[in-house]
Amino acid sequence: MISVQNVSKSFTLHNQGAATIPVMQGASLQVAPGECVALVGASGAGKSTLMRMIYGNYLAASGRILIGDVDVVQAEPRTILDLRRNVLGYVSQFLRVVPRVSALDVVAEPLLLTGTPHDTALGRAEALLTRLNIPERLWQLSPTTFSGGEQQRVNIARGFAYDYPALLLDEPTASLDVTNRGVVLDMVMAAKARGTAIVGIFHDDAARDQVCDREIDVAAFTPRAAA
Amino acid sequence: MTPLLQVSDIAKSYGARIGCTDVSFDLYPGEVMGSVGESGSGKSTLLSCLAGHLPPDRGKVRFDTRTNGLRDTVKMSEPERRMLSRTDWAFVHQHARDGLRMNVSAGGNVGERLMAVGARHYGDIRDAATDWLGRVEISADRVDDRPTAFSGGMQQRLQIARNLVTGPRLVFMDEPTGGLDVSVQARLLDLLRGLVREMNLSAIIVTHDLAVVRLLADRLMVMKDGHVVETGLTDQVLDDPQHRYTQLLVSSVLQV
Repeated sequence: MISVQNVSKSFTLHNQGAATIPVMQGASLQVAPGECVALVGASGAGKSTLMRMIYGNYLAASGRILIGDVDVVQAEPRTILDLRRNVLGYVSQFLRVVPRVSALDVVAEPLLLTGTPHDTALGRAEALLTRLNIPERLWQLSPTTFSGGEQQRVNIARGFAYDYPALLLDEPTASLDVTNRGVVLDMVMAAKARGTAIVGIFHDDAARDQVCDREIDVAAFTPRAAA
Repeated sequence: MTPLLQVSDIAKSYGARIGCTDVSFDLYPGEVMGSVGESGSGKSTLLSCLAGHLPPDRGKVRFDTRTNGLRDTVKMSEPERRMLSRTDWAFVHQHARDGLRMNVSAGGNVGERLMAVGARHYGDIRDAATDWLGRVEISADRVDDRPTAFSGGMQQRLQIARNLVTGPRLVFMDEPTGGLDVSVQARLLDLLRGLVREMNLSAIIVTHDLAVVRLLADRLMVMKDGHVVETGLTDQVLDDPQHRYTQLLVSSVLQV
């Protein structure tokens, strides 16, 4: 479902002496439907960079990143937008939403974008917020005012609202208490059971061991100084 | 799928000075394209050329008309272009007073657009106007007030109602949230996002506010000195800018 083939990436900082910093080369990985693969490696090794390239948020310098039969590296913006609506979900570490939009609407939006009727979408959003223990009195409020853990749970609810065939998770359990961590891990397991291909970053070792089938150390993709 | 708008090689100069040049892109139904750049970068000139307010020196602006497919709006006769601007296009000005008739009631402002495309039944027009005022969150008891009695944010929402009541397919917006205070901006952004989704609108938004395009635009075009220096997915251009100028622009945003 997700196939990363020989991908490289460098950043060129035009306004800082045009320094070019190679950050990744020869990155390759495959994720089958129903499989969860963890990206591991020290901070700064490139886990998030690789994940962002898979999502099309960062441009890869070379190589191929196939999601189904779409090559994210070469695809038109329009194709990537369509992919993100219907195929590829992403739960980032931070919630980024229009201020003053209610938590319920934030969670329902991915469903509305794929043409789900309004009532069905809101019903599903309510069920997810309930499951993630967001108290009902907060549903009509904007999540921009929520605590860090609450925001993260709204973000997770949003990421799981639509059943994407492929899903990227960037530290989904980072700031959660034990109960909610359990709920999120159950949701990840359920997504796997549905056949979702997942790439995740988990700093929580126990969580990683519980949900992930394999680990990929991104340090192997770090360009050597001599290269 | 046919693009709704196909822009190829648009250029406009003011004497020896370049307004904008070599601009080409396709816009598909439901897509929102943002255009950012500093003042004088050519983004408003481009918008005027696309919307038929300014004749470009060269290039084509092909619009997928309902009856005849792709037609070059630059070469169209003035009446044809005017008809399109009433039925299929909308233009939201930065200053609401440029897009409203200030001494006609709010309901009249919205109803006038319907009459321009042939609506004649007073009751229907008034109902449609009241319905649209509701959608932009202007209460029904303000329908007979003039825009001069409205706040800046309300005027801007009225302008949007006036523009969208005829069910256009393409909306041009010039700094739609410029000059509004931030709490009003947020509400307007949410309103615009909802309308774009529900009506499957395509839009071209010119702004210098990167936060606005991040939330509203699917794709982004960065302009500098009349040239498009970078294009791509909005979040990709903002998070992984490739061009020197885009990097400068993104790194210059003040954090709250």
